Amino acid sequence: MTQAVELPGWAALTVAVLLLSGAGLTLVGAVGLLRLKTFYERVHAPTLGTTLGIGCVLLASMLFFSLVQTRFILHEILIAVLVVITTPVTLMLLTRAALYRDQIEGTGAVPLPLHLSRGRNIDNQ
Amino acid sequence: MKHLLRHPLFALLLLIAWLLLMESVSPGAVLLGSLLALGGSWALASLALPRARLRRLAVLPGLMRDVLVEVVRSNNAVARIILNPKGGTTRRSGFVRIPLDMRDPYGLAALACILTATPGTVWAEYDAEEGTMLLHVLDLIDEAEWVFIVKQKWEQRLMEIFE
Repeated sequence: MTQAVELPGWAALTVAVLLLSGAGLTLVGAVGLLRLKTFYERVHAPTLGTTLGIGCVLLASMLFFSLVQTRFILHEILIAVLVVITTPVTLMLLTRAALYRDQIEGTGAVPLPLHLSRGRNIDNQ
Repeated sequence: MKHLLRHPLFALLLLIAWLLLMESVSPGAVLLGSLLALGGSWALASLALPRARLRRLAVLPGLMRDVLVEVVRSNNAVARIILNPKGGTTRRSGFVRIPLDMRDPYGLAALACILTATPGTVWAEYDAEEGTMLLHVLDLIDEAEWVFIVKQKWEQRLMEIFE
C-alpha cells in the first residue's frame, strides 16, 4: 500500500469518498437489520450493502488499482455481476421460505396464496 | 457446429469472464477459457432450458440506466427509513399483489431480479395460474401506485425485450 503516496490528490479523495460511502451504506444496512421490527422488513436492510454499498467499494477499488498500476483493472466488474445475480436469489429464497411458513401456520400477517384465499371467500358466503 | 456450441452467447460470456479473471489474452488463457466456455455451454444445454428470445435490445441501455438510477434513489430512501429516529411508527410495510401480463420465464426472472435488487422491494411469490406476483414493500403508501410503477416502469420494457 506504499504506492498510495504517489496517488494524485483528486484521485485519493475520490477513492476515499467512494470507500467511505460504500462502507457507510453497508453499516446502515447492518443497523437496519437490528432496528427494523419484522422479518419481512429486515430482508430489505442488507440490500443497501449488496447494491450501492458494494458498487461504491468496487468503483473505489477499480480506480485505485488502475491508477497505481497504470492499466485498467476490471476484475471488479465480475464481482459486481456475480453479486447482482446471486443476491436476489438468496433474498427471494429467504422471503419465500418465511412466507410459506407463515401461510401454512396461518398467522394472518401475510396474504394467503390466491387459490386458498378464494376458497375461504366461498366459505364465508 | 450447431451441436458443438449450443449457447454461443453464454459461452462467449464465460470466456470473457475467464479472460477478465486471468487478466491476459495469451494463447494459453484463451485456449483454456474456450475449453471451459465449451464445457459450460454443454452443461447448460443438458439442463434443457426453454429458449430465450431476445427482441428489441435497443430498449436495454435505457432500462439499465433506469435500474441504476432507481437503485441509487431507493438506497437513499431505505437508509433514511433506517436512520429515522422515530423508528417508523408512521411507516407501514406490507404486501401488494400485482397482476402481470408478462409470461416469458426470462422476463419474469429479470423483473424479479430488478425488484429484489432495488432496496425497499422484495419479490415474494408468483402465481403462474393467475399471472400475479406478490411484492413486499418496505414503505407502502399506496398499493395502486406500486402496481402502476411495476407495470409501467419495468414490465412494459421487459416485455418489449423478451416477448
